[in-house]
Amino acid sequence: MTPVLLSHFTATSCLGYGNAATLAALRLQRSGLQPCQFETAHDLATHVGEVAGVDAVELPAPLAEHDCRNNRLAWLGLQQDGFSDAVEAAIARHGRRRVGVFLGTSTSGILQTEQAYRRRDPVSGALPEDFIYRTTHNTYSVASFVRTAFQLEGPAMVVSTACSSSAKVFASAARMLAAGLIDAAIVGGVDSLCLTTLYGFNSLELLSPEPCRPFDIERKGLSIGEAAAFILLERPGAQLNADAVLLLGAGETSDAHHMSSPHPDGLGARMAMAAALQSAGLQAADIDYLNLHGTATPSNDAAEGKAVAALFGNNVPCSSTKGATGHTLGAAGGMEAIISALALQQGFLPGGVNTQQLDPAIPIQYLTANRDSVPRRVLSNSFGFGGTNCSLILGRAA
Amino acid sequence: MSKIEKLTAYLDGIGLVGPGLDNWSAAQPILAGHAAYESRPLVVAAPQSLPPAERRRTGLAIKVALAVAQEAIDAGQLDARQLATVFTSSGADNDNCDAICKTLASDDRSISPTRFHNSVHNAPAGYWGIASGAMAPATVLCAYDASFGAGLLEALTQVAVEGAFGFERGGTLLIAYDMPYPEPLHAKRPLPAAFGIALALMPKRSAHSLARIELALSDAAPDTLADPALEALRRSIPAARGLPLLRAVARGEACGVVLDYLVPLSLALTIEPF
Repeated sequence: MTPVLLSHFTATSCLGYGNAATLAALRLQRSGLQPCQFETAHDLATHVGEVAGVDAVELPAPLAEHDCRNNRLAWLGLQQDGFSDAVEAAIARHGRRRVGVFLGTSTSGILQTEQAYRRRDPVSGALPEDFIYRTTHNTYSVASFVRTAFQLEGPAMVVSTACSSSAKVFASAARMLAAGLIDAAIVGGVDSLCLTTLYGFNSLELLSPEPCRPFDIERKGLSIGEAAAFILLERPGAQLNADAVLLLGAGETSDAHHMSSPHPDGLGARMAMAAALQSAGLQAADIDYLNLHGTATPSNDAAEGKAVAALFGNNVPCSSTKGATGHTLGAAGGMEAIISALALQQGFLPGGVNTQQLDPAIPIQYLTANRDSVPRRVLSNSFGFGGTNCSLILGRAA
Repeated sequence: MSKIEKLTAYLDGIGLVGPGLDNWSAAQPILAGHAAYESRPLVVAAPQSLPPAERRRTGLAIKVALAVAQEAIDAGQLDARQLATVFTSSGADNDNCDAICKTLASDDRSISPTRFHNSVHNAPAGYWGIASGAMAPATVLCAYDASFGAGLLEALTQVAVEGAFGFERGGTLLIAYDMPYPEPLHAKRPLPAAFGIALALMPKRSAHSLARIELALSDAAPDTLADPALEALRRSIPAARGLPLLRAVARGEACGVVLDYLVPLSLALTIEPF
């Protein structure tokens, strides 16, 4: 594919608001996971990566109909690292019709509906008057919110393929840039804590009672997190800073296997990584670090490990950053693309946290400590429920 | 960089299910204006291509999506495993969503694993993969009322660009579908009926090609349908916003069609039926 520039980006998660807080936590190998105190889900013995202060966020009056936890988290994210200013500058360069909005989410603002169901009219069963479906619960809500916030008039959509959503938006945006339909795109993902995912993963017995331990021999499941990750994509200009980060390749596949379990040998995952390498015109040996999907469920890590070992052997250092952030679901692809970009710019490989004893059955070079090293190209994996896989390759301009 | 801007594909197969529109061949004379449209409750079969265990778990949304997908594949005599898919829907499995919200508002919040994995917006894409064996890329979109337009734009971009990137791709199957919410959500999002359209969009013309389609972004007003009942469907169900495209193919005359997308944009199509 034609490389695309990540001209600006910002991440907000349980590690903190913005890139500096994210980077500081990664440097210290600090996890943001805490025992679950979210909303009324106090009966679940699990840890979550809750972003502090989301409930206190106030949306500007013109955006009031979009008010819900997911869009409050989106707004919080947009205020960090000068991201909104960068978008306004891109609009000034390209025009309102030439900036697309392609965001990933899995559950959007469904918390709003979960809470509204508790307030149904006891006689009629009707939802309360103040409940607005279109701009909160609907899956498109967060893209509508961002498009409205910047008064954009270009293409927009939400990609909702569960946990690969905000990786796949990079591929869509790159295609639309290549097609000349747009000159810039706001991509990324926003997913927020809600009861559907907490009780849903609980029903599948996939929630870890302790902070999740990716690739640990005693891993017991995932910890759910939430995040807002935004990236501004543009065509690279003639002059690039040496530490500019480019999207070099993307690979998408489907497992065609099972709704909630990965292919046992990670076949779809391996094909996604291979497709990303092909689209970037690179070989496995060209990759310096893998940011793994690494949810810490027994079957996911085993399958991904097999896929990585089949393509890369144990030659490439890799880690999952979900021990730090939790699994931010539809925001994970965007969040981890930003972590990968920070690794490229700052010259370090983030070690996975919480992992005590590596699973000896998974023959990959898993980092449990940070490593000072200047990677030139990194690959980030995101695999979703229903078997939708996406691998991205990011690289330094020089 | 060369700008493509106008996206071109060949339409090799159509799938259609809606109230009074049982499939593409039955609907063709109605959309062409040769037969009267009569609304009837929608009839859709359970997907026989799914293993029995999965088939039991499928609700209306998945049935509609898989039915139109299979119809388009069969019509074009295509190999589903070679086609990327773009699923697009305003709401996916809305009965399932209501059931989960009711359970979560009750004293016992144990939702079933099947309910949970069917709750993801990409559930039909997952079932389609299992049914067809397709490991090709699948993406799943939502743009509220503009979901059909967003899906068509994504699908045609894939066909145009993947070719330009030099990848061997079989084409892209677009599957747009919607289904009603039960109350109480129905009052907040009134979708009157289930509806599905699938389009097999190919990079090259074949013996099965029905039409050549060219797409550009526009700000022209979207086309409406003359029949008031069909126009009501188009206006009230996001997936049915694709009906003017099908009408053009049914009539078999080269023409321009403008489809609804995100204000102020619309999609201007040039359709050349073969």
